[in-house]
Amino acid sequence: MPKVLMKGNEAIGLAAVLGGCDAFYGYPITPQNEIPEYLSKYMIEHNKVFVQAESEVAAINMVYGAAGAGKRVMTSSSSPGIALKQEGISYITGAELPCLIVSVMRGGPGLGGIQPSQADYYQATRGGGNGDYHVIVFAPETIQETIDIIKESFDIADYYRNPVMVLVDGLLGQMMESVDLNKPIKKRFLPPKDWATNGMKNHSGRNVVSSLNIDPQKLENHNLKLQAKYQNVIKNETRFECINMEKAEYVIVAYGTMSRIVRSALEVLKEKGINVGLIRPISLWPFPKEAFKQIPSNIKGILCTEMSLGQMLDDVLIANNGKHPVGFFGRTGGMIPEVEEVVRAIERFQETVVK
Amino acid sequence: MAVKYQKSAGLTDNALTYCPGCTHGIVHKLVGECLVELGLLPDTIGIASVGCSVFSYDFFNCDMQQAPHGRACAVATGIKRVLPDNIIFTYQGDGDLASIGIAETIHAANRGENITVIFVNNAIYGMTGGQMAPTSLIGQKTTTSPFGRVLQQHGSPIKVSEMFATIDGVAYLERVTVTTPKHIRNAKKAIKKAFQYQQEKRGFTMVEILSTCPVNWGIKPVDSLKWLEEHMIPVFPLKLFKDTGEFHE
Repeated sequence: MPKVLMKGNEAIGLAAVLGGCDAFYGYPITPQNEIPEYLSKYMIEHNKVFVQAESEVAAINMVYGAAGAGKRVMTSSSSPGIALKQEGISYITGAELPCLIVSVMRGGPGLGGIQPSQADYYQATRGGGNGDYHVIVFAPETIQETIDIIKESFDIADYYRNPVMVLVDGLLGQMMESVDLNKPIKKRFLPPKDWATNGMKNHSGRNVVSSLNIDPQKLENHNLKLQAKYQNVIKNETRFECINMEKAEYVIVAYGTMSRIVRSALEVLKEKGINVGLIRPISLWPFPKEAFKQIPSNIKGILCTEMSLGQMLDDVLIANNGKHPVGFFGRTGGMIPEVEEVVRAIERFQETVVK
Repeated sequence: MAVKYQKSAGLTDNALTYCPGCTHGIVHKLVGECLVELGLLPDTIGIASVGCSVFSYDFFNCDMQQAPHGRACAVATGIKRVLPDNIIFTYQGDGDLASIGIAETIHAANRGENITVIFVNNAIYGMTGGQMAPTSLIGQKTTTSPFGRVLQQHGSPIKVSEMFATIDGVAYLERVTVTTPKHIRNAKKAIKKAFQYQQEKRGFTMVEILSTCPVNWGIKPVDSLKWLEEHMIPVFPLKLFKDTGEFHE
């Protein structure tokens, strides 16, 4: 199969379809509009469901309903819109329903801006919904990787009965790259959805989708069950890439668009005689703590780089656990760092040390 | 011995959690009976909302989903679009539907979503302990309007059915009550018709049911029925607001 040139947001839509998406429910917001625009045509032409909801709040609750009915469903949005979906995401995790949420980050806070940003790391990995819950978050760095992850994400969501969020930024959404749509995905054994509310004629007894547990002991038990599931996610779904770690003097941690910039910076630094490694988290939750075990013990420090003012930095500090000096470099508000800025950040590393 | 009366097979054996004298029980029975009589239980997915009826997923003898506060019609839309041949209904109070969920309800109606909304209006927030609802009457004392609802401060009680009657996507809309056997029979007819229209895929159907809340009104159950007739019906007149009429293939 030859490669095709696709825009990031459209590739996200097509990849979701290839992953078996039955229904899309969403609401317009820049910079992700090409996803619903693409699917509004494709889904209807292929006898699938597309609904433009009256709000992000309604859209995520439509996802909740259709996911409960046992279908493969998704929504997409951007930063302020994802903020509005947090209540629904909490309910979906509480009721243990699978779905795909695509978040195309823009600058914040508030209405912020529409340029690319990574300032929603907390929003994705910590969430704003209530309760002890986690969403499985993947942050690809190329359109190809975005497609591959989205194709697999419905399986992952179904397997764990938990939402999967694919977190990109406006740059990945808006850029074009040549991609292979037919890369095979990992095969998983998926249990039948015998819990789905699709009418009693389709199963024995009544099926109920709910996140309500009024008895505190039952609610604690439910939470313990969720935590056991999250431990399995941590064990099986943690993903990362390590580059140039063996002779590294410094190690940079970066994900998504930022890691693309860092890759170029590593080349420049190498020419200057400074050996720098890269830890690229692909799963943000679970955060790949074990990647930090590959860091040589004699490095001079770790530089966390983000298109925010330091959110993943918390996880880097936890994973590092005080072992090496940690510095930070970030731009925010939609400002995309130049390669040279990352190079300079390494050169003046000592000045930027956080701990 | 012939059975003269029995609990509807449309309800489970779980004990209802409603207060003594509350008319939710009657409405539950009517919904259950209609689903049984139309043979719809195996196809139906009900949506429990937030409020006193939050536990209704334990009471209706069909598949159920519990929705976030106000979002029942969005959840119903999500299900109906992927399962267009199933029967989907929401069961919502006036706080859930007319306040926090008015947007979801209006837009579901406007899209002509082929779902049935059972809207129980008792002019107060019951589950949270008797606070003012958007449907509370002028002068009605509640725990958050201790001096009574004041027009200049709180606005008028919102007339949901009057508003929804203007929406093209609505196929059937009637306001009924359950204070007397006659009213109960009428209410059942309305609920049944709403489900039948959904079977015929005719669009959004809603039945508003004026209901009592003796505990939070602070009125004895029998007196509550009288209070409803004397005070609520003049503000919320019983009326068939919209009926798209005989079905033609």
